[in-house]
Amino acid sequence: MSELPPFILYFIAALLVVGTQGLTRKIIMLATPIVTALYIWQNIEIGLVVNHSILNLELTLLRVDKLSLLFAFLFCIASFIGTIFALHVNDTKQHVAGIVYAGSALGAVFAGDLITLFIFWELLATSSVFLIWARGTERAINAGMRYLVFQVLSGVFLLAGALLHFHNTGSLAFEHIGLETIAGWLILIAFGIKAAFPFLHSWLTDGYPEATVTGTVFLSAFTTKVAVYALARSFAGEEILIYIGVAMACFPIFYAVIENDLRKVLAYSLINQVGFMVTGIGIGTALALNGAVAHAFSDVIFKGLLFMSMGAVLYRTGNINGSDLGGLYKSMPKTTVLCIVGALSISAFPLFSGFVSKSMIMTALMIEDYGYLWLLMLFASAGVFHHAGIKIPYFAFFAHDSGLRPKDAPTNMLIAMGIAAALCLFIGMQPQYLYAMLPWEVDYWPYDITHVLAQLQLLFFSAFAFVWLNHKAMYPPELRSINLDAEWIYRRWVPAGIRRIVLFLSLAKTSLSALIMAPMQRARYSFSQSPIAKYHLAESWPTGSMVFWVAIILAAYLVLDIFGQA
Amino acid sequence: MMSEQKEHFFDQPKNVKRVLWGFYTICIILVIVDFFVHRHIGFAWEKIPAFYAIYGFIACVVLVVIAKEMRKLVMRKEDYYDE
Repeated sequence: MSELPPFILYFIAALLVVGTQGLTRKIIMLATPIVTALYIWQNIEIGLVVNHSILNLELTLLRVDKLSLLFAFLFCIASFIGTIFALHVNDTKQHVAGIVYAGSALGAVFAGDLITLFIFWELLATSSVFLIWARGTERAINAGMRYLVFQVLSGVFLLAGALLHFHNTGSLAFEHIGLETIAGWLILIAFGIKAAFPFLHSWLTDGYPEATVTGTVFLSAFTTKVAVYALARSFAGEEILIYIGVAMACFPIFYAVIENDLRKVLAYSLINQVGFMVTGIGIGTALALNGAVAHAFSDVIFKGLLFMSMGAVLYRTGNINGSDLGGLYKSMPKTTVLCIVGALSISAFPLFSGFVSKSMIMTALMIEDYGYLWLLMLFASAGVFHHAGIKIPYFAFFAHDSGLRPKDAPTNMLIAMGIAAALCLFIGMQPQYLYAMLPWEVDYWPYDITHVLAQLQLLFFSAFAFVWLNHKAMYPPELRSINLDAEWIYRRWVPAGIRRIVLFLSLAKTSLSALIMAPMQRARYSFSQSPIAKYHLAESWPTGSMVFWVAIILAAYLVLDIFGQA
Repeated sequence: MMSEQKEHFFDQPKNVKRVLWGFYTICIILVIVDFFVHRHIGFAWEKIPAFYAIYGFIACVVLVVIAKEMRKLVMRKEDYYDE
């Protein structure tokens, strides 16, 4: 038994990484997730609660149950894979940001009170933004700034909600909160921003595609999954989450079909996958909640794999637009195969990881008799295969030959993708190990003839639709373009509105001053024409105008005096 | 590089055809199997033969058609926000 919170190991590693270079640094970076995972496995037991008193405030830095443990191991795996993928990078800032970011995610899942959660919530925001800024382009810097505003705003909502919750209940415990009070709603909005709820999602689709090749892999793993964890802990069974989740699963697939930037396609499909998790949390039964967290587990790995494969393409070709790629299977065969493993996993193909986790959520929807929502989610499932399962590999590696013949991905990238792909297959084929880690007791097995046949039909005929639409030349071509989304509101509509208001105000000022100044100008002019202006004192304007005003005042006195007398 | 001259798998239209025919065959088998295997039914509409196949196909066609129409509304030049 130990009372040292695991995030400390990551933060120490971040300090060591600053002070070291070369091989030593690489060893420290690789050892951190392994050592931390072993430490958690050996020393952190379920039921452990560790409190610290800081400034009269009781903070719970460590609260351990099966839910927090599952996410802790997941984050160790994700940061291990991400670190291998980024091993060739020689940028201290990015490495430190990545380690602090992963450590903050660990801190958040072990946080037992809302203030501790808030601290890690903000650390997640401020560390991760450097992974976007590290790209160095003007677009990345601006996108990072917008990303940071959203993340900090989420923190503000969380703090306000936490304080109000404390005021209402006298407790800061990070447990089930529910939506009976305004405090609950404020906290839901905070979690909702990080989970990329509809209209609060644009930081994700705006920021992630602008991050560095290796940064996006880290980004895709932590922020949204911490939010899923927080929602599962505080808002399980809140029905509104089912509808939010279904909306999240459905709307991004339309954007994904017409988006040209393939990493942005993946960002949209990330929202779509989180939609499945949010729906599971909203249903709130043991099966649904298990499905939600199991899907978070598989998603981090297969989405990481997809972002890595597209990262490798970007790294080798300097381009990630579907319109400019194609035919890369010829020179990047290993990356192609690994990408296809990720694509089949996210599409929930039997024997791949997505199948064993997503089917739990679909079954839970069926058991709770949400017929129409189930149909919508089935639509979203078909859509995932369409845009992430087929479009991503097809336009990058096949389609028309772009003539590009880049080398296959560097060895460290291939190893990282290989581990992720192996995990996708392992989870898909041996789901009992993942199921054993799930927090709630459920007897569930995904592989029966109904599920497998139904899923295969759905996927093969979605693919058939793709083939048919291509054959009929009805499939929308990849075009060099962007698509307006919710960010248009604050990137165009509000700024344009502000410009309009400023323009109106400046016009008003001009006409108002013209209204006042014109008679004054006329008076000055007529004064300058008058014989008094000829005097020496009145030659320069300041003195001239002073004389004029003195004359006015004297005249006023005279007038007042005359009327006063009367 | 060697690969410049090398003939690749999908450069041969014959190979593309083979893969497609393999794919069509699997599709047909999946539909035929549906008539012999008894699926568990959760919702009434699942009783429709090859329900998942029909739904998957229609869902994707609808998705693409709507997304194409959406382009008219939301698509802008790449430098839209850069001005």
